Amino acid sequence: MTEAKAQLLRKRYNAERRFKLYGQIAIALALMFLAVFMYKIFSKGYTAFQKTWIQTEVHYDQELMLIEGSNPTLQDLEDADYYDVAYQAMTRLDPNLPEELDRQLIQLVAYSYEKEVKELLLDNPDYLGKIVPIRLTASDDLDQVHKGNYPRDIPEEDRRVNDYQLKIYDMLNERGDIISKFNFSFFTNPDSREAELAGIASSFMGTVFSILVCLIFSFPIAVLAAIYLEEFAPKNKFTDFIEVNINNLAAVPSIVFGLLGLGVLLAVFNLPRSTPLVGGITLSLMTLPTIIIAARASLKAVPPSIREAALAMGASNMQTTMHHTVPLSMPGTLSGTIIGLAQALGETAPLILIGMVAFVNTIPGTPVDPAASLPVQIYIWSESAERGFVEKVSACIMVLLAFLILMNLAAQVVRHKFEKKWS
Amino acid sequence: MNKITARDVNVFYGSKQALFDVSINIQEKEVTALIGPSGCGKSTFLRCMNRMNDVIDICRVEGSIKMDDLELNSNKLDVVRLRENVGMVFQKPNPFPKTIYENIAYGPTIHGLAQSKEEMDQIVETSLKKAALWNEVKDRLDEIGTGLSGGQQQRLCIARAISVSPEVILMDEPCSALDPIATAQIEELIDDLKKEHTIVIVTHSMSQAARVSQKTGFFHLGKLIEFGETEKIFKNPDNQQTQDYITGRFG
Repeated sequence: MTEAKAQLLRKRYNAERRFKLYGQIAIALALMFLAVFMYKIFSKGYTAFQKTWIQTEVHYDQELMLIEGSNPTLQDLEDADYYDVAYQAMTRLDPNLPEELDRQLIQLVAYSYEKEVKELLLDNPDYLGKIVPIRLTASDDLDQVHKGNYPRDIPEEDRRVNDYQLKIYDMLNERGDIISKFNFSFFTNPDSREAELAGIASSFMGTVFSILVCLIFSFPIAVLAAIYLEEFAPKNKFTDFIEVNINNLAAVPSIVFGLLGLGVLLAVFNLPRSTPLVGGITLSLMTLPTIIIAARASLKAVPPSIREAALAMGASNMQTTMHHTVPLSMPGTLSGTIIGLAQALGETAPLILIGMVAFVNTIPGTPVDPAASLPVQIYIWSESAERGFVEKVSACIMVLLAFLILMNLAAQVVRHKFEKKWS
Repeated sequence: MNKITARDVNVFYGSKQALFDVSINIQEKEVTALIGPSGCGKSTFLRCMNRMNDVIDICRVEGSIKMDDLELNSNKLDVVRLRENVGMVFQKPNPFPKTIYENIAYGPTIHGLAQSKEEMDQIVETSLKKAALWNEVKDRLDEIGTGLSGGQQQRLCIARAISVSPEVILMDEPCSALDPIATAQIEELIDDLKKEHTIVIVTHSMSQAARVSQKTGFFHLGKLIEFGETEKIFKNPDNQQTQDYITGRFG
């Protein structure tokens, strides 16, 4: 081998080594961004899955509750006055409470404390007249203090928790009366103005309903369109034109579909505003082209030999399509559909336009009840000033990501498990 | 007796003409082989006989092809009925990705040939026996057809084709994807099938044409150059081009 040739060979190997290195750097960078992103979300959000309670005692004093008679019915308990017993339960925390500080003491628990006192009795009517232990949801400020998210060393006038409240907190904490457990209410509560009570139930159900509506509207239409275009439609200028437009539609920014939903579904058809029904239909406009493209691609991937085999057996066009081509294309179509739905799942802009950004403090039971959706919930909470919402945003992102990962996994499973092999 | 009579068949793919004035008489219950170099139009002609060219948008067929007294090249023809009578076996084995049983039962099902499960079982069994596949698959009828070996798959396709008892079976290079042993099995099978069916086979292998057929047609550049008794074509052809092709001078 001549020297020149050896040099050329060396250069070639070096070039290849360099190219590999660039690739590895690119992958490493991508992984690093992902890791930082995940770390940020998890380190901020994991505390949202913990909830803080204050343990105290409540005396269900019949007199204070203005209940008459010795055998009150459940309705009597329902109508009773709980203000004084709840107040007493709180003031019990500090026996030598200065009169003027009682409001500050009560600020340590969520504003719903009176309701919690009432619910405990309604669940256990025999508590009437007794002194029983009770757990009250801590206010979000105290919750943040307990989780160590709130700085204690800044001047008192800049703090939302004052010195007196901190003193009480420390005392309770020492006594073991601050309880921290898994936060089920994050999953079962609807949205709330109070961070300690806010949960994702309404937005989660809103998302589920929207996705279902989206699936119901987009899947049949898209699959029929794809089958017609791929198997039956004549190939001419007009069908080419349709094909180009479907591809264009897939690239239209989602906010445009939101405007369409606003202008047509709400203004013309007068469908109920802020509901998953409208949200789902709007999202299905976006999902439609994605599914059509996926379904056509998987129809195209069915080998022509299968169609020829069926046709040569005397099957009609329709039979060939329905008995052979469509079943064989289903795995690809379904995984395309799931990916399309996963995209729709993360959409925020069109939902904001059709009013799914409204503050909803009820859990929707049907697709025509007002609801938010998970990505919109993230948006709403990230707008809130209170510190307690910061962890909620991250927790909500985690739930959304888990949802997305589950759907993408489902798409993978569908594709691999049901894909038929042909020779 | 003539089963299929073609007169002046011209086929166009768009503006390109693929067949020029092909006229041929295909005899009943005989094997007719169509030979010729690649792209000579023999497969195109074969596909005219069960209207498989309909699948190709740009394909246009002119002329007359009659099966018995039925004009095949007519808009009024019921293609589904035609294909029930004219089966086809393709170059590459193409069983449906379904069970062996379902592969055979598909044709009889869509044409309503079996009234009961027993009748269907009977059709499946006879078809597989005729295709000399029964003994190999009788214990695994519910396995996927695409899991068989190449030769078995092709015999499965033949069994599928004969399941609806077609009068004519068209074979488009049925052995080109098979090894010599599988090829020998198929050739033996063709010999059996001609007792009940009229067979037209397109083949690249001249020895195969010589072995299985009674009549041979030689195609070149879209024209039917010579057609006659297989023995005559291979031993003493009239046309110089046929002679050259047979002796391996081109193609």
